[in-house]
Amino acid sequence: MAVEKGEALDWYRKMVLIRRFEEQAEGEYGKGRIGGFLHLYIGEEAIAVGAMAALDPDDDVFTHYRDHGYLLARDIDPKAVMAELFGKSTGVSKGRGGSMHMADVQRHLWGGYAIVGGHIPLAAGMAFANRYLGRSSVVACFLGEGGTNIGTFYAGLNLAAVWKLPLVVIVENNHYAMGSPVERVSAVREIYRKACAFDMPGVQVDGNDVLAVRNVVRERVAVARAGGGPQLIEALTYRFRGHSMGDPQRYRTREEVETAKAGDPIIRWRHAILEGGLATEGDLRKSEAAVEADVDEAIRYALDSPAPEAGEIDRDVLVAEERGHG
Amino acid sequence: MAETTYRDAIRGALLEEMRRDERVLVLGEEVGVWGGSYAVTRGLHEEFGSRRIIDTPIAEAEFVGAAVGMAMGGLRPVVELMTINFALVAMDQIVNNAAKIHYMFGGQIRVPMVMRMAAGWGQLGATHSQTFEGWFAHVPGLIVVMPATPYDAKGLLKSAIRSDNPVVFIEHSRLYGMKGEVPEGEYLLPFGESDIKRQGKDVTIVTWSRMLQVSLAAAETLTKEGIECEVIDLRTLRPLDMAPVFASVEKTHRALVVEEGWTTAGMGAEIAARISRERFDSLDAPVERLGQIEVPVPYAKNLEALMFPDEARVVEAVRKLVA
Repeated sequence: MAVEKGEALDWYRKMVLIRRFEEQAEGEYGKGRIGGFLHLYIGEEAIAVGAMAALDPDDDVFTHYRDHGYLLARDIDPKAVMAELFGKSTGVSKGRGGSMHMADVQRHLWGGYAIVGGHIPLAAGMAFANRYLGRSSVVACFLGEGGTNIGTFYAGLNLAAVWKLPLVVIVENNHYAMGSPVERVSAVREIYRKACAFDMPGVQVDGNDVLAVRNVVRERVAVARAGGGPQLIEALTYRFRGHSMGDPQRYRTREEVETAKAGDPIIRWRHAILEGGLATEGDLRKSEAAVEADVDEAIRYALDSPAPEAGEIDRDVLVAEERGHG
Repeated sequence: MAETTYRDAIRGALLEEMRRDERVLVLGEEVGVWGGSYAVTRGLHEEFGSRRIIDTPIAEAEFVGAAVGMAMGGLRPVVELMTINFALVAMDQIVNNAAKIHYMFGGQIRVPMVMRMAAGWGQLGATHSQTFEGWFAHVPGLIVVMPATPYDAKGLLKSAIRSDNPVVFIEHSRLYGMKGEVPEGEYLLPFGESDIKRQGKDVTIVTWSRMLQVSLAAAETLTKEGIECEVIDLRTLRPLDMAPVFASVEKTHRALVVEEGWTTAGMGAEIAARISRERFDSLDAPVERLGQIEVPVPYAKNLEALMFPDEARVVEAVRKLVA
C-alpha cells in the first residue's frame, strides 16, 4: 500500500472523529441542545477524509449541507464545529449558520450550502477567480447524487467545461435523495456517466475505501490543476443514518442497512491497516481514545461557550462602507 | 458639463472602473462581440478582450452563481442579466447566496458584485415587461439601486462596482437613449441618499427610475395650474433614505408615490407606510399610490399603453390629492 503509517493513522483518526463527533451530536440533539436540521455523515466518512488528503491546504472546498465531516476532515477544530451546532458565538460561523452553513475561510472551506445544487456555480466561479488571479488552487465541490438532478448541476458543469475551469466535482452517491432511491429520480443511475454531456472525464470510485478515494481524487485534481478542465467523480457509499434526525426511514429495510454496514469504511480501513502492518491494534486503540477525549472536550467547550450577544443580530448584514466611497 | 445618454453614462462607469481595477470584469449573455442586447457594453470587448468581457451560456442561475463565486474569490464581477425578468431564473443565487453569505458564515466572506439588469417594456408581452424592484428591496444583504438620470446612473454604478456588497443595479430600457448632463471628471454618488429633483410646496411626489421623468413632466403641467409639486427621487431602494421625504411632507402635507410596478405589496406600499407612521400628524390626506394596472402586461399596443402611470394620470392623481 502506498501509504505511510502516519498518514494511515491520520485518516483512521479523522474517520473515527467524524463518527464519534456525530454520534455525540445525535445525543445532544436528543437533549435539545442542537436545533433545526441535523444531517449525519455516518457511513460516508471515507469520502471526506480521502478527498481532503488529496487536496493541498490552499485548494478550495465547497460542500452541501451534510457538512460536518468535511470540516473535521479539513482539520478544523472540532470545538468550533460543535459550538456552531450548539449555536454559540465561538462556532465556526459565530452561531449564525448552524449545521448546514459552516465555513472556515482560513482553511479554504467556503461553506456548507443548503439549497441543493446551489453551490455548484459558486465553486465554478471560485475556480475562475483562482485562474484569473494566477493562483494554482483547484476547487473541490461536493454534492450528493440527489443534487445531480437539478439545473445548476447541468448548467453549472456546462459552464465549467466551456470555461475549462480547474474544478473537481465529487458526487457522493449514498443511493438516497432523502427517501428517493437513485433509480426513481435519475434517468441515469451511474452518476459518473452524466459527465459525457459536458465532454468531461467522469470516473467512479468505491467511496467506502479511503485509499481509493484519495488516489482517484489526487489523480483528477492533478489533471484539473494542469489545465485539463473540470472532472467528475462519483463515489459510491451508503448513509447509515436517516436523511436527517426524525427520518422514519420507511423507504428502506433494516436488513438493507445492516447489510450495508458490513462495508463500513472505518472497519474496512482498520482491517487494511492491520493487514498491511501499517499500525498495531494498540496504535488504533490509542487513536480511538484520543478521539473520544477530543469529542468530549468539544461538547464541554460548546456547552461552556456563550451564546451570541443580542447586539450581534444585525452585524455583518452588509460590509460597512464609507458613505460615498471617497 | 457634457450631454450624455443614460446608456453612455453606464458604459462610461464600466470603462472607468475596468481601467482602474484589474479585478473588475463583465459577464453575461452577449456582452462581448455583440455589445450587449441594449448596446451598453458595446466597445468594451475591443478594449478588454475575452479575458475580462465574458460571454456566458443562457443560464442565469449559473452565471450569477459563478459571479458570486468570483466575488468570494477576490474579483469584482459585474453581471449583466439582460432584463430584470431573467433575474427570476437566478433568484436563488441572488437571495440565498449573494445576499446571505456574508452574514450567514459569520462575516468571514465578502461578495462584492454588481447585478445589472434592465426593467422596461415595449410590446414585449407578459414575461418581458416587468418591474419588480420591490422583490429585491425586500431582502436584507442586498443594495438596490434604480437610477433615473444619466448623472445618477454613472455615479451610482461606480459606487456599486467599488462596493464590498452585492448590488442589484436596475436600469430602464426606455431611459437608455435619454440625455442628461454628466461631468467630465470622475465622481461617485453614495447609496441611501434620496435626491430632490424639483422643489415645491403643495404635494410631495416620491418616485424613482423612469417614473421620475413622468412625474417631472406632470409637475411641469401642474405648475401652470398653480400646483407646485416637490419631486423626490429615491435613487436607492435599499438602503432607503426617507429623511428628505419626511421633511417634504412636513411642508406639503400631501404625498403621492408613483411607481411603474404593481402596487399590491410593492415598493410604494413601504413608502406610504413609513410616511403614515412617521408623519401621521403632518398629513392632510392619506398617502396616495399610483402604479401599473394589476394584470400581466399585454402585447397589443393600445392595451399596453393603458398599463403604466403616465403624465395624465399623475396630474389627475395630484389634482385629486389637493382637491
